[in-house]
Amino acid sequence: MSDGKAPAAWAWLRELLVSLGAVALALLVGAGLLALAGYNVADAYVSLYQGSFGNIYSLADTLLNAIPLLFTGLAVAFAFRGGLFNIGTEGQLYVAALATALVALALPGWPSVLVITAALLAGAAAGAAWGFVPGFLKARTGAHEVITTIMLNYVAILLTTHLVKTQFKAPGPVDQTALIPAAARLPELIATTRLTWAIVIAIALIALVDWVLRRSAWGMDVELLGQNPEAAAYAGVPVQARVAMIMAVSGAIAGLAGSTLVLGVLHRFITNFSPGYGFTGIAVALVARTRPWGIVPAAVLFGALQAGGLSMQLFARIPSDLMTVVQGLVILFVAAPGLVTLFRRRAGKTGMALEREGTR
Amino acid sequence: MSDAWDVIFQINTLTAALRLATPIALAAMAGTLSERAGIVNIGLEGKLLAGAWAAVYVTYVTGNPWLGVLAAVAAGMLVGLLLGLFAIRLRADHVVAGVGINILLLGLTTWLMQVIWGSRGTSPTVTPLPRWSIPIVRDIPVLEELVGSHAPLVYFTLLAAPLLWVVLFRTPAGLRLRMIGEHPEAADTVGIPVHRTQYLTLLAAGALAALGGAQLALGDLAWFSQNMSAGRGYMALAANVFGQWNPIGSLLAALLFALTDAVQMRIQTLPNPWPTELVQMLPYLLTVLVLSGAVKRSRPPAALGRHYPPDHSAGAP
Repeated sequence: MSDGKAPAAWAWLRELLVSLGAVALALLVGAGLLALAGYNVADAYVSLYQGSFGNIYSLADTLLNAIPLLFTGLAVAFAFRGGLFNIGTEGQLYVAALATALVALALPGWPSVLVITAALLAGAAAGAAWGFVPGFLKARTGAHEVITTIMLNYVAILLTTHLVKTQFKAPGPVDQTALIPAAARLPELIATTRLTWAIVIAIALIALVDWVLRRSAWGMDVELLGQNPEAAAYAGVPVQARVAMIMAVSGAIAGLAGSTLVLGVLHRFITNFSPGYGFTGIAVALVARTRPWGIVPAAVLFGALQAGGLSMQLFARIPSDLMTVVQGLVILFVAAPGLVTLFRRRAGKTGMALEREGTR
Repeated sequence: MSDAWDVIFQINTLTAALRLATPIALAAMAGTLSERAGIVNIGLEGKLLAGAWAAVYVTYVTGNPWLGVLAAVAAGMLVGLLLGLFAIRLRADHVVAGVGINILLLGLTTWLMQVIWGSRGTSPTVTPLPRWSIPIVRDIPVLEELVGSHAPLVYFTLLAAPLLWVVLFRTPAGLRLRMIGEHPEAADTVGIPVHRTQYLTLLAAGALAALGGAQLALGDLAWFSQNMSAGRGYMALAANVFGQWNPIGSLLAALLFALTDAVQMRIQTLPNPWPTELVQMLPYLLTVLVLSGAVKRSRPPAALGRHYPPDHSAGAP
């Protein structure tokens, strides 16, 4: 990702500034839209803040919204590191969520630890399979993973809906499975917040991915592939096998977003349950500059926008869809390297510019 | 089972397919245009939404759906320009920029709908586009049923596909455009203004895709509803790939995809229906198969998604 010869600390700081700048700029445009629509900008953003970080309950809400994004963000970032674009996290989390719910329902009476482990593994496996297919096709036939993963999102949503409607539907008007037994539910970390052990699983996974990327031979292959596939092939990296595996691992990580939602929050599989955790995961990965530990603040940020947006709607009567606008803008701003250059040129040659001399 | 097969070949199923195909085909041709010029266009979904919203809003204000269509064209060009600004000028990854645009427009149209009409579901009903019947065609029995009476944009689409094909493959302008998508360095060397051509192409593509949105809002229905494109932009992307980056191929693929939709809708009325979701899945599965070369070799333009001049860091996805 970083292409200059700058010291790592500078590169890190620069990327942090880019992310913060993108978010600030997006919120500024959001403020402009609020003003144009005749709302009081200060009121709006105060209620946005209070609904996301204002008190312990809103903070819990923010974290609750952030949990699935930790997984999808990490999944997208990991694939990015290997030079692959996983837009299919939405589909992967659907198949995983259904697999998890079915395993949890199929093992009544098992000890809690065992049934939760089995259900999580089933979800990860389903997600991995759903990610492996586009990875394998990319490796074998060159089929572009951007299009195949988008297509498989629709297939996953339709397939899970079909299976629930025809095989696993609980009685009632909603297309959903029965509730999973209490033993299969993830225990709460803090009582009455719905914050479960899912957050611990997510953090542990981030630590693991960070370690793999930096310390393991397999992770080196991934990084090399992302930076220069030709060099990777020349260095003897089995490119085809790695590409398929990267997508499978990314799919497994994304899948856990669905699995933990089922075990921790929904307690059943509900058709069409995701409000777009997969797509928000792309924004999270970009704001994190694809760094595993960057996923934590980025996911919390987008969790906060969701939680705060809802309180903005409740208390300031401002449609929460403004947060979707902000999210789209963040993606655009953070993805535009030219934007940084533009600002830097305006600001003149600072130390930041000097260390980037020679790159555009 | 045989009932379901009968439905596929009923003439009014085909008529419905033609109507349903129009927004997808217009967006797919927009995808063909921009991808032939080297710009990946994931943002088709956002352009459909922009077109649909602008069409309904201006029709709501003026009462004239034709002004709505014009507004859709303007909105689509604006979104095309935005994609150009980020993908060309600011050198954002094309896929990321497209995803950003789709999310932005989904949020913006939903937000504006609430700010202006105070409803998150649907806008007020506006005057739809008229239906035209073609003088000679309406006297021929089968053709009359098939293409007899449609919104004007349906006919526009049927004409636009061959026209675009001629422009792309039989004119110097089209050759220049395709050269940029295949080899921008070579195009630059022979004096073709790479970026200006790409911007112009994105403007045209934006207008086309937004017309698809206008058809959705004013041709099929008479209102805007939240996320009314419902993935048609992504399906259009697939139709473009399925159609081998060719406007006529895009149209035919869109027709095929729309046929599965029309069949699915009609099958629901049968006593023994096929599962809806499995039929709806077909276009997506077909696209994956086509992309993997299972049906036919497909090759995107060689320089698709690349920045010109090239980025310094190698291996960007």
